[in-house]
Amino acid sequence: MNPGDMLEAVAVKPVTRVSQTRRSYESSLTARGEPFLWGFGGALAFGVLLVVGFLVLVTWNGITTFWPKPIHVVTLNSGDLVAGEPTRSEPFKVGPERLTSLSEAAKAKIAKDDGFAHRVLLRTGNFDLYNDDFRWVEDYKIEKTEMPVGMFFIERQEWGAFVGGIKALNRNGATITGDELTLDLLHKEHEAARRRFEAIHDIERGAIGDVNYELNQERLKIRKAVLKYGDNAPEVKAVEAEVEKHASVLKGRFDVLAAKAQEIKDEDAKVQAVLADINGTEKVMPLSLIVRFYPANELSALGKVGIYLSRWAEFLTDDPREANTEGGVLPAIFGTFVMTLLMVVVVAPFGVLTALYLREYAKQGRLVSIVRISVNNLAGVPSIVYGVFGLGFFAYIVGGGIDALFYPERLPNPTFGTGGLLWSSLTLALLTVPVVIVATEEALAAVPKSMREGSLACGASKWQTIKNIVLPRAMPGIMTGLILAMARGAGEVAPLMLVGVVKLAPELPIDGFWPFIHLERSFMHLGFHIFDVGFQSRNSEAGKPMVFVTTLLLIALIAVMNASAVVIRNRLKRKFMVGHF
Amino acid sequence: MNAIAKSNAETEFESTVYHVTPSPDGPVIEIDDFNLWYGAAQALFNVVMNIEKGLVTALIGPSGCGKSTLLRSLNRMNDLIENLTIGGGMKLEGLPIYGPKVDVIGLRKRMGMVFQKPNPFPKSIFENVIYPLRVDGVRDGTVLAEACERALKGSALWDEVKDRLDDNALGLSGGQQQRLCIARAIASDPEVLLMDEPCSALDPIATSKIEELIDELKGHYTIVIVTHNMQQAARVSQNTAFMYLGRLIEYGDTEEIFTSPKLSRTQDYVTGRFG
Repeated sequence: MNPGDMLEAVAVKPVTRVSQTRRSYESSLTARGEPFLWGFGGALAFGVLLVVGFLVLVTWNGITTFWPKPIHVVTLNSGDLVAGEPTRSEPFKVGPERLTSLSEAAKAKIAKDDGFAHRVLLRTGNFDLYNDDFRWVEDYKIEKTEMPVGMFFIERQEWGAFVGGIKALNRNGATITGDELTLDLLHKEHEAARRRFEAIHDIERGAIGDVNYELNQERLKIRKAVLKYGDNAPEVKAVEAEVEKHASVLKGRFDVLAAKAQEIKDEDAKVQAVLADINGTEKVMPLSLIVRFYPANELSALGKVGIYLSRWAEFLTDDPREANTEGGVLPAIFGTFVMTLLMVVVVAPFGVLTALYLREYAKQGRLVSIVRISVNNLAGVPSIVYGVFGLGFFAYIVGGGIDALFYPERLPNPTFGTGGLLWSSLTLALLTVPVVIVATEEALAAVPKSMREGSLACGASKWQTIKNIVLPRAMPGIMTGLILAMARGAGEVAPLMLVGVVKLAPELPIDGFWPFIHLERSFMHLGFHIFDVGFQSRNSEAGKPMVFVTTLLLIALIAVMNASAVVIRNRLKRKFMVGHF
Repeated sequence: MNAIAKSNAETEFESTVYHVTPSPDGPVIEIDDFNLWYGAAQALFNVVMNIEKGLVTALIGPSGCGKSTLLRSLNRMNDLIENLTIGGGMKLEGLPIYGPKVDVIGLRKRMGMVFQKPNPFPKSIFENVIYPLRVDGVRDGTVLAEACERALKGSALWDEVKDRLDDNALGLSGGQQQRLCIARAIASDPEVLLMDEPCSALDPIATSKIEELIDELKGHYTIVIVTHNMQQAARVSQNTAFMYLGRLIEYGDTEEIFTSPKLSRTQDYVTGRFG
């Protein structure tokens, strides 16, 4: 029997099979997003690599700069001697005009290396003798390289480093030399000489500086009286007489101090070091003008650590010398710190109040949108434009006005009418205010409506609600904005060059004279210091290590300031963001 | 009933039916022909009702019927919304609520409000409770401490928090937070307590605590409570107002509303046939 017949017999409707496309339960690669994931990860890895690479470069160079290096004495084929710290070495292509003068063996070696030879940069120092701090030494010229004992690396107050031996010590007319001249004796005498140097420095820069400052103030009194009462008025005569009296007292003080300084100077001049470089050229100089000296090839590990730490200490706590390429950066650290702090003090209330008005009080409409867009656009204006504006508006117009009103006696010397700490802070505040406004607006918008309603329902006014509820709750967000502003402001250099940063300003903006904080003074800044040392100094090779150290310091300073702000913010966050339920 | 007839029936309204249990002290709030528009959309239509003093009045109705809008109109919380227009008026103890010379802040001080979600401030428990007094300028420590204790006892939270008044209020549980908000609402001793679905974010145990609390508070305060929970309305209120599509449909004694409502629409809603 045919099966088909049977089906017909029971009259079952033939089952038409609905064709079903088989549904894939495996999602496609693009749907799962795997390739994108690799892309994102790659982008992140690339970014991390850049940052880490940068940090490692800066940190390594910064940390190793102050480590004392040995001194190599190189004997050249010509018989000349060159002594110096090897700074770096590199392969280089030997030019044809140089090749001709070489020996056959050297030529063969260079030819074997495809025309390349090696050269070492030696920090030879002794700028006053040879008008050069560094010297390239090609390997084919080297007869032999030694590290002999008795070679000193001597850092001087002036003229940079001296590389060579200490031959003798002239003390009070007697010459100490040979076996009598021990390292201990040198150190002892050097310490005493440095104390004398500090004493002279204290008197000249400190006490005499103070006297000069007061004398200047007295002179200004006369100018002031003349401006007030006119020339030859009897009041002016009275003031002149009084000033004369004060001035004579001050002059007396000045003379006493000057005599004291001279006395120390005379004594100091009796102690001199006789230095000799590798070729025997002698150089006599007062021992007190030597900052630091060490026998580079005989240092123990502990001695090296000592030199290293003493260099760091000098760097962090001293004034710069040698056109900023040596010495310390204390004024720059101080200037950067004070300027950033001042900027935050200005930008915080300004930005927060603006954002408060925009978000809470202004009627949200076209005008507010335009204002908001403008504020955002301000963040994209090149910073140098702010510098120009700061100079033109703050320094010349506002500062000039202040000078004309309050300091007419000092004109034509400007007081506030030129770049200074205050104008720099204000300029940077202007530069960073968009960041604060945007962050604050976002933080305010993120405060839940229920909180505002709760406060208003309690009978609080709008201002009370903002003050008691909204602002505290938005504070972590506002702090984030301030941190960003601080990071941007502390690293900004271009506008500062126009409104107050200078190459050298040993006078700190805070001192013992009324009103103690001198906001009109120009100041030093680590960012500008980097630029100055790296690109504006006599000897960029000598400045290069300082660029890294200063960069390291600037990064560290910004990191410390940011970290403290982050700590404060997190504390606030914990206070306000305890989870519900 | 076909669809067209039904929709006609939904949009045709008779006038409101009233069978209110009066309070011996009379009404505390009189709402007279109140209308409200959000921009061009009308949210409340000709609402006329008296809130009886010392009693609990429940506002019920499906979502979007305007019960929360009405509640928030009582203490003018709707003022925060832009493009809001109102018509008609309200009176609190005979004084107009809406008007050019009304002191809105003073008005809100006479009406405590509790919201749908607990909204304690990120401050200590103590500071939360006395916040209405703080903004009033009260500085006397003993006054503040007494007010805090009274309000916390009033909201049945005192025993749970009396040893940690300086702790952050955000560390409390949800139910405790809501009772804290009630304490805050009654701290300045208002006349009326407005509650906007106070239990909708709470678990059943916390809800029953709040309901007990409402029971204790009635008499001291006039309470207006918006609720989606019909059992709750039946349990805690003396009068119930049923609202629908911005209109007050029926306003009367709670027991009657739930057992023998005068209108079929009310009947349909309270028995769960729609809404």
